[in-house]
Amino acid sequence: MEQSERSALRRAAARLRLDVLEQVFTAQSGHPGGALSSADILTWLYNKELNLDPAQPRWPDRDRFVLSKGHSSPGLYAALARRGFFDPALLPTFRKSGSILQGHPDMKKIPGVDMTSGSLGQGVSTACGMALAAKLDGASWRVYTLLGDGEMEEGQVWEAAMFAAHNKLDNMCWIVDSNGLQIDGRVEDVAGPGPLDKKFEGFGFQVLKVDGHDFDALEAAFAAARAEKGRPTVILATTVKGKGVSFMEDQAGWHGKAPNAEQYAQAKQELEAELARWEVE
Amino acid sequence: MEPIKEATRVSFGETLAELAAEYPDLVVLDADLSKATRTDIFAAACPERFVNCGIAECNMLGVAAGLAAAGKIPVAATFAMFSAGRAYEQIRNSVGYPHLNVKIAGTHAGVSVGEDGATHQCLEDMALMRTIPGMTVLCPADHYETKAAVRGMLEHEGPVYIRLGRLPVDSVYHAHSLENFTIGKGNLLREGTDVALLATGLEVPEALAAAELLAAQGVSAAVADIHTIKPLDAELVAELARKTGAVVTAEEHSAIGGLGDAVLAALADADVRVPVEKVAVQDVYGHSGTGMGLVDEFGLRAKDIAAAALRVAARK
Repeated sequence: MEQSERSALRRAAARLRLDVLEQVFTAQSGHPGGALSSADILTWLYNKELNLDPAQPRWPDRDRFVLSKGHSSPGLYAALARRGFFDPALLPTFRKSGSILQGHPDMKKIPGVDMTSGSLGQGVSTACGMALAAKLDGASWRVYTLLGDGEMEEGQVWEAAMFAAHNKLDNMCWIVDSNGLQIDGRVEDVAGPGPLDKKFEGFGFQVLKVDGHDFDALEAAFAAARAEKGRPTVILATTVKGKGVSFMEDQAGWHGKAPNAEQYAQAKQELEAELARWEVE
Repeated sequence: MEPIKEATRVSFGETLAELAAEYPDLVVLDADLSKATRTDIFAAACPERFVNCGIAECNMLGVAAGLAAAGKIPVAATFAMFSAGRAYEQIRNSVGYPHLNVKIAGTHAGVSVGEDGATHQCLEDMALMRTIPGMTVLCPADHYETKAAVRGMLEHEGPVYIRLGRLPVDSVYHAHSLENFTIGKGNLLREGTDVALLATGLEVPEALAAAELLAAQGVSAAVADIHTIKPLDAELVAELARKTGAVVTAEEHSAIGGLGDAVLAALADADVRVPVEKVAVQDVYGHSGTGMGLVDEFGLRAKDIAAAALRVAARK
């Protein structure tokens, strides 16, 4: 990857994180931690990976994306708005009555949202259904779904894993945003769904482990996912919850909490500095 | 067409197979019960559009939602207990809320499942499915009506739950009499002036037999087949209640939340104040026994409907 491309992605990711912060602060509600941890993954998907046409949100041959960890909705909304699916001016309406930007993704209201999600474990099954539809039609479009590592505690995730492998859904790529935290604390302390690599290998997946904040690593992993035949791929992306805002980083308490005015100002300053840094380079 | 004794699950499987060519987007899913739900008939006719999801009903409903989002018409079949019951939240959030074009077949509903006992005798499915906004709930009575209902649900855009039974049931229809099958429109099978018997599913032939028993005692009973529980044919319900002044509902389902409660709500909305009795399973679990033996034990036979009719007629 050229440095200029890497810098452009860094800028886009900083912009996305600022959009997340603005939405959650304006709403005084929402889930900043997981949206910030997955910001680089979403940036890669919506800028480099997904074959989309914002002018035709329902284009039949588009790649699909299902945000199975639906509470990271402000990240998805920022990615969609900045890609041109709807006016970024709508972002401050997040979670307000009458807004299209529901607390969790709503495919009937929001252009570019391929599936309603939010109840953990369900999005990934719907992604399997989409991948199956593409297989039945012999179509070349692909399906991507982003899950949380806490979400791995839902039994339905493993039902879906069996289904994806059994039906050889090599046209789908799962990404696990492994930030290590869930509402009640460390994932390993709450219920310990790991080791995810061995489990997914046992379930018949190609397993790729990456730093979820490293665009070069993400590029290589998604290329390997596209190249794989006969089995689905899971990218286990190690991330930092709250990434980019110093006081939110690696803190379970910022899973689903909005910053106050003072915290917002500090977070904004940090993210704007990050944006400026990559504007320069 | 001749009268035919067939389980509605068989009629369902046969009809799916017959419609495979006509509906190229039709995809049938099952959860390791295809020999019981009779989607195996479709699987034999159209194996390329049959997917066994294994014993994982929650995932199956999600897969169905994803297929529908990609333009397919999925039919997801398993026992009523494991779709409407086990996968209720998947149906609510992944199918109902986005109003996806998913058809859910709940077979082996009611106590007539028989020997398997209470864990498999779903008595709550119509109540659960009725609570989901935009969900259509069908409960056909016999072979011919099931054939019409399966076609009707495929033509209908939006989520549909269809309730099917295990036991062979006598037909009350002939094929030609169902040309006017319309979702949401009940069928008046017998005119009457003293009491209205509103029945669904396996209770429709029981209600017709009850009307004969009542006629022998000089009581004129109207009988309507309410094959669509939601949207309910409120107009027909109110009209028959006004005309006869007394109503009995009959369903092989809990007395809570099914046809009876839907009828009561419709009568209240229409401000029709008549005595009503619900022939249904009265807030208890089933148990093991023979299918029709349990229909008898739980008070769901023609004689029970007739007795209820005499009671409501006396309360007028």
